[in-house]
Amino acid sequence: MPLGNNLASELSEDDTERISQSGIDLSRVSSCATYVQKDEDVLHSGCVDNGIEVLPVQKALEMYDWLREYCWNVVPKDKDDITKYVAAQKNPAGYVIIAKKGSKNIFPIQACVYLGRNQIQHVHNIIIAEEGAELHIISGCASAHHVGKGGAHYGVSEFYVKKDAKVSFTMIHTWGEEIDVFPRSASIIEENGVFLSNYVCMKPVHKVQMYPTAYLKGKNSVARFSSVVIATPESTMDLGSRAVLEAEGASAELITRAITLGGTIISRGHVLGKVSGTRGHLECKGLILKDGIIYAIPEIEGSVVGTELSHEAAVGKIAKEEIEYLMARGLSEEVATATIIRGFLDVKIAGLPEALQSQIDSAIDSAEKAGF
Amino acid sequence: MLEVQNLNVQVGDREVLHDINLEIPDGETHVLMGPNGTGKSTLLSTIMGFGNYTVTKGTILFRGKDITGLSVHERAELGIGLMFQRPPTISGLKLGTLLKATSKKTPEEVRKYAEKVNMGQFLERDVNKGFSGGEIKRSEVLQLMVQNPDFIMLDEPESGVDMENISVMGAAIGGLLEKDQNIVRRKKSGLIITHTGFILDFIDADKGHMMCDGTIKCHGNAREILKEIKERGYRECMQCH
Repeated sequence: MPLGNNLASELSEDDTERISQSGIDLSRVSSCATYVQKDEDVLHSGCVDNGIEVLPVQKALEMYDWLREYCWNVVPKDKDDITKYVAAQKNPAGYVIIAKKGSKNIFPIQACVYLGRNQIQHVHNIIIAEEGAELHIISGCASAHHVGKGGAHYGVSEFYVKKDAKVSFTMIHTWGEEIDVFPRSASIIEENGVFLSNYVCMKPVHKVQMYPTAYLKGKNSVARFSSVVIATPESTMDLGSRAVLEAEGASAELITRAITLGGTIISRGHVLGKVSGTRGHLECKGLILKDGIIYAIPEIEGSVVGTELSHEAAVGKIAKEEIEYLMARGLSEEVATATIIRGFLDVKIAGLPEALQSQIDSAIDSAEKAGF
Repeated sequence: MLEVQNLNVQVGDREVLHDINLEIPDGETHVLMGPNGTGKSTLLSTIMGFGNYTVTKGTILFRGKDITGLSVHERAELGIGLMFQRPPTISGLKLGTLLKATSKKTPEEVRKYAEKVNMGQFLERDVNKGFSGGEIKRSEVLQLMVQNPDFIMLDEPESGVDMENISVMGAAIGGLLEKDQNIVRRKKSGLIITHTGFILDFIDADKGHMMCDGTIKCHGNAREILKEIKERGYRECMQCH
């Protein structure tokens, strides 16, 4: 893959391979629509293009005073030790992406955060889609093979989806077996706004802990969270998402597909219906392929007449009759099992551009090829 | 093509089939009839090799080869196919994806087959999810068309199929069994479970078997056996030996 001079000197072939597994195409780096950060160094950041601005957060805060209103707004600085650590940084790292009013971009912006050293990497991202804008982001987070104990990623992301705007954020993780990852993110969605948040992690990681929250403040706003994860032995994934339905017509859907190959998955979810005329659905399906833990904790909480909330959770194994059904069609037991698992993980996200769906598909396919 | 010899089958601790003997030559289609719960589907499941069915005595030969100990997949590879009566739903697996995985045919051919049985719009749907009874049968036939087995077992192919689609199904099953071929060239064989005999309007069966209490009580002309059942019920057949 041809890289720009700056990237070529900073990233090895192995690095670029790891990054590509997270869905980032570095050959596209010459385009405006890419942000690359290694540890705390910004290697590449885009410019204004098709109504989209991609800037390092420090530079953006210097350029735009108004941005301070959005900084540490939906995610509080003192939420926990992770946010406190990120907030205490004198030189904040991370990106700001602004989709200008009415701009429509189906082609995804690439945001790559790469960890190359045994230390804590801190990131603070702010994403704003102005009125009527459409913005899609693929966030590839990866680490070098050699990064071990002590390697950690603390990432804060604040999303602001204005009236009639649409944002999709697809995060594909390719971390290492000893790395701890603590994303902290939240979003505000205004009237008719749509926020799609997708998370894929098919690779080993020591610990991931996150619980992104969507505040649906505008009428008829929509949030959809989907997570597709595999926990390998020694991995602990404490994942959840929360939707707060605060305006009439707001709706949320939280979907998780989880597989353990010996690791631990805690799948949380919380939908709060605070206003009449709101809807929420939470779904967690888990497969235990090797002894491990899948602990689903779905919570639905309604406080007014006229909110409709539901949840569905199931943890189990692949039914023998499903495997035999496919074997009767001529597939071997191994292929039949893999075909069923691949289907289980196949979550099609309504409203997601084809390019992003295929990145998600190929991340899952790679796990299938590796034999899950 | 298929020969079942002195077969006893156990499901759990219970013996369900006793001393079954059945021979289906190349190019012949046989019909299996009998009251509910008598073991007809168990026989088909045993021939297919499903895990819950334990052969305690006897053998199953396919083209002269003993397949009693083979896996489901190995039997399918040899050319045995089954239309399930109540197939499982497989969430997330698209019918089109399954057909692609099991077919040696091109995607265009698969689509053509799907159109033939009015299933073109189902290729993007999860396998059997929310399918009506008739749609399940059409999906099953479609999967068999793509798989193209030489020995085809059909478990109540007409049940749940509406009148408009029953001729579509009949034609498709006729195609699977090469009923359009000259009798001399016809090589495919079949074993069909039917209660109503509707399917016999589309497929001429060569022979009928009547099963009661886990064993085959009599053999003969399929239409004649059906007529007997219609007129006198199963009682007389049950007394046969």
